Amino acid sequence: MQQSNTYIIVYSAVLTIVLGLLLSGSSQLLGPMQQEAIALDKKKQILGAVISGEELAAMTPEEVNELYASRISSTVVNISGEEIKEEGLTAEKVEVAKDYKKAAEERAYPVYIFHAAGNPEAVDSYVFPLYGAGLWDAIWGYVALETDMNTIGGITLAHAGETPGLGARITESGVQARYVGKKIFDESGALITVIMQKGEGKDYDDELHKVDGMSGATITANGVNAMLKSYLSHYEAYIKSKSTAAPEAVAAL
Amino acid sequence: MSTETLEKVIEKKPAEPLFSKRRKKLVTDPLIDDNPITIQVLGICSALAVTTQLKPTLVMAISVIFVIALANFVISIMRNTIPARVRIIVQLAVVATLVTLVSEILKAFAYDMYKELSVFIGLIITNCIVMGRLEAFAMGNKPYDSILDGLGSALGYSWIILTVAFFRELLGSGSVFGIPVYSYISSLFGPDFKLATNGLMVSPVGAFIILGLIVWVQRTKTGYVEH
Repeated sequence: MQQSNTYIIVYSAVLTIVLGLLLSGSSQLLGPMQQEAIALDKKKQILGAVISGEELAAMTPEEVNELYASRISSTVVNISGEEIKEEGLTAEKVEVAKDYKKAAEERAYPVYIFHAAGNPEAVDSYVFPLYGAGLWDAIWGYVALETDMNTIGGITLAHAGETPGLGARITESGVQARYVGKKIFDESGALITVIMQKGEGKDYDDELHKVDGMSGATITANGVNAMLKSYLSHYEAYIKSKSTAAPEAVAAL
Repeated sequence: MSTETLEKVIEKKPAEPLFSKRRKKLVTDPLIDDNPITIQVLGICSALAVTTQLKPTLVMAISVIFVIALANFVISIMRNTIPARVRIIVQLAVVATLVTLVSEILKAFAYDMYKELSVFIGLIITNCIVMGRLEAFAMGNKPYDSILDGLGSALGYSWIILTVAFFRELLGSGSVFGIPVYSYISSLFGPDFKLATNGLMVSPVGAFIILGLIVWVQRTKTGYVEH
């Protein structure tokens, strides 16, 4: 049976409209829930830099939201480390991925401050977002610095499309744990950051600026190194201002 | 068309029972005798890619069951109106819509799973099993039979990828559904006893090996030979 061209064209058009309506309708309906899920995921990533992944995985969404609200405060700084005070600008609204395309000087830099339990005045650590390129697609994460502004308290890393089992291992807690306790400045105060090495299985416990690599994922590791280096250097002014500030001033934030 | 005459013959008979022998065969055939993965060798790429762990594999299996059964149903309802010259495009449009729905739903209700599976959920669109069943069955059969046929093929696909995932997670990560089985076992034998996990099983190579073993065992039992 051969249908006429008109039939085929009308059929295709009607089908397209029906399916299009179905999809846009479902997207409208599910949109708010998706936004919530994305926001929750971001909070989990930020918190992941300061508390352990297992602890975080065991929490309900409400608990995550509550912990975030009670322990995290945030601010936005520029490349010189000065706070940007603009109407409606909050750290949560800054999209690091979009800002990544701008020149480093023009970006807004969010800072998340993790407060000590039971004492909202005292600072436990500072969490800085990271963003860069892996092997196939974007990689990003959050790094937490302890109050000496030198020791890494924790890191979370995420990726859009690294190879499963190789580069995608940056999301594993075992890999991320390698960064804990490493230093980003050397004794003279120059920014060295922490470099993930090529190859895997060596012991870098005594090296303050090196961590064990991921076998078969050197390019992803290079991406992580470049991302850490660039973002920590953009935050350097802020980090330095905090490490030299009097303890009371830090506490007052 | 030949399918039309076939339907007329069926229509004259008294109504077929809901689970007649023929209909049961529609569901059970693809499980072993005509399994889409091990016999027809379709849908291999996702069987290799998502099966490192059981949990994402289960979500993938459920998604595929949903997509195939529903796509078969929708195409079967539309089958007499679909213009023959654009039928593949129409089938693709329906499948793509269903797959997008699945991915949107996952994004809203299981964001972690969505992150883990996102690419592979999208790739259900190109899963050969879906298009294969639409062309081979749904275009020429009634809606209810088509759902059964879709369920059969999807279940045949699902049990294979779940089996592969079970062995890959157990041998590669030492756990089942995230429960660390290996560390329980080794704790029985004292603190110095450790079971080693096999890194090969985590990479796609492991899936090839397990899949090959399943095909081997199955063909030894059924005596199936490819011609």
